[in-house]
Amino acid sequence: MTKVIVVTSGKGGVGKTTSSSSFASGLALRGHKTAVIDFDVGLRNLDLIMGCERRVVYDFVNVINGEATLKQALIKDKHCDNLFVLPASQTRDKDALDKENVGRVINELRDSFDFIVCDSPAGIEKGALMALYYADEALIVTNPEVSSVRDSDRILGILAAKSKRAEDGIEPIKEHLLITRYSPRRAAAGEMLSVPDVQEILSIPLLGVIPETEAVLQASNAGIPVIHDIESNAGQAYRDVVARFLGEDVPMRFLTADKKGFFSRLFGA
Amino acid sequence: MSFLDYLLGTRKKTATVAKDRLQIILARERVDRKGPDFLPELRQELLQVISKYVKIDLDQVKVNLEHDGNFEVLELNIVLPESITGTKKSVL
Ligand SMILES: Nc1ncnc2c1ncn2[C@@H]1O[C@H](COP(=O)(O)OP(=O)(O)OP(=O)(O)O)[C@@H](O)[C@H]1O
Ligand SMILES: [Mg+2]
Repeated sequence: MTKVIVVTSGKGGVGKTTSSSSFASGLALRGHKTAVIDFDVGLRNLDLIMGCERRVVYDFVNVINGEATLKQALIKDKHCDNLFVLPASQTRDKDALDKENVGRVINELRDSFDFIVCDSPAGIEKGALMALYYADEALIVTNPEVSSVRDSDRILGILAAKSKRAEDGIEPIKEHLLITRYSPRRAAAGEMLSVPDVQEILSIPLLGVIPETEAVLQASNAGIPVIHDIESNAGQAYRDVVARFLGEDVPMRFLTADKKGFFSRLFGA
Repeated sequence: MSFLDYLLGTRKKTATVAKDRLQIILARERVDRKGPDFLPELRQELLQVISKYVKIDLDQVKVNLEHDGNFEVLELNIVLPESITGTKKSVL
């Protein structure tokens, strides 16, 4: 059975696109046929992070409007065999998406993919609502920071009230907490909400913690999702996330500050 | 935190403050979501009416919807500040 997974947050800039690209790549690396859809219509970005921006001919809205077939619009990823990208349109706005046509595209994708990952735009308007409507599971991307946690809670309310699963009254969307841009040193110093704090406040199961890592910026510079950088903490943390999502029992890593961090802590660096 | 604060542990950790604030605001927002759509707006309008007479903030206006058998009871609890009334009064 195909699973539709929305990567969402409410708040902007918390790491949804970064996470969608690495999560989708990770599922594909594990052998699953995966499609990743950019729902950020008007502000296409997933293509850049995935490094396929120069190969975009048709986009999601073209498929919605019947101006192109899915086959024409899906871009095969350069780095993994089982991965395809459906880019967002840059010229239309979020109202170009409607329930019926998004449903049609997702159903068509179900025929050939194991996982459909939906990269949600920020906010709680049309684009975000469309991205989560058909979801079976949700990754709630949250930074350890007050406004991000509050917006995540808001999104949890929307998943529980406005998704198709909620409307149909069937089993609710399975929620996973993904804490990103975590700085163990700052959390230890009491300057940043800790993982247990965020978990306690949102009270949904923790799928993983991605540390704040320089490698993420370098990965987006290169257009290669950071999960391919197996040297980096973030790359390893995303691999763990994928393994846990697939049901493996993998312990959490990168939750505590490096020992050498003590000196920088002393000098307030 | 500065070096000194770190050694003395004087300042209250901002993460603790953040957590406390979040728990309070989210408790309220979750109640709003469970109730009918008009609850937050109702509270906001009540607040506007009351603030014509006394200075009051959002936390002091509690709006709750309780189920009681076949009834739904809308409970309003408004705590007036002491400075206005001498003693704390609750208006129902
Ligand atoms: N773990 C991390 N470490 C360091 N930087 C990160 C990390 N995760 C994300 N970033 C950076 O944060 C910024 C926002 O990331 P991203 O575009 O993935 O967020 P988003 O939630 O998709 O944003 P939007 O709401 O605009 O769609 C980017 O500059 C990205 O490089
Ligand atoms: Mg994004």
